[in-house]
Amino acid sequence: MNTLFIIAGAVAFVSAIMTVTRSNAIHALLYMVVSLLSVGMIFYILGAPFAAALEVIIYAGAIMVLFVFVIMMLNINESMSEEKQWIKPTVWTGPAILTFILAAELVYALRQETTGAFRIVMVSPVEVGISLFGEYLIGVELASMLLLAGLVGAYHLAHHIGPAGKREGDES
Amino acid sequence: MNPVIPAEYGLILAGLLFAVGLAGVLARRDLIFILLSLEIMLNASGLAFVVAGARWGAADGQVMFIFILAVASAEVAVGLALLLWFHHLHRGLDADSANEMRG
Repeated sequence: MNTLFIIAGAVAFVSAIMTVTRSNAIHALLYMVVSLLSVGMIFYILGAPFAAALEVIIYAGAIMVLFVFVIMMLNINESMSEEKQWIKPTVWTGPAILTFILAAELVYALRQETTGAFRIVMVSPVEVGISLFGEYLIGVELASMLLLAGLVGAYHLAHHIGPAGKREGDES
Repeated sequence: MNPVIPAEYGLILAGLLFAVGLAGVLARRDLIFILLSLEIMLNASGLAFVVAGARWGAADGQVMFIFILAVASAEVAVGLALLLWFHHLHRGLDADSANEMRG
């Protein structure tokens, strides 16, 4: 248990450092996805499966895709000439190795859980939902207003980019 | 109700991740990397909440993590829209080129 946690934490830390120190934005995003996945693994080890699922789906899925979308739209790295470098194995070996470590760890943890040797206190999604829509109902309302404000703000900001110069489209 | 993992480990990891994100915000001048570092910091704070929730076996930590998730997604939507705007104005993503007002 402790070693699982330490390995996943080391992967998260190393990939976070690699994210901050890359020069190419796409490479940084690769490492960032690995970091988010390993934090999701840590959530699972800690007994928060719902938070782990949300981490993978929303953070590593939605938010990172938004980043990829914007980077591709801005066309920061003049693509075609550099595309050959991207396919060279040196770029993706680091994230691939880290992801394989995480995958091995996940398989090990799942096998341990089915045999019953995995003693953790799970906080189930049912409890989270009851707490979320019970005592934290005001917070849910505030979060919905925040998300609406974010939606309107993003639309408003990206809407005005269009007519002045080249059309960038609306985002989010 | 004690989980197997000591809560100190989780909090130390959250602090380390937060420090990495803070260093990224302070050191990098590319706006995309600044936003990514902000994501790392928000993620670290969410990790601290989940660790604290798991320490007492309570659901509140995960509830706060969901709120942090909402904050992060709203921040990313507005931040990336501002980034598009910035790129349109300055033809680049260098944060230092925004050193004049009425930009």
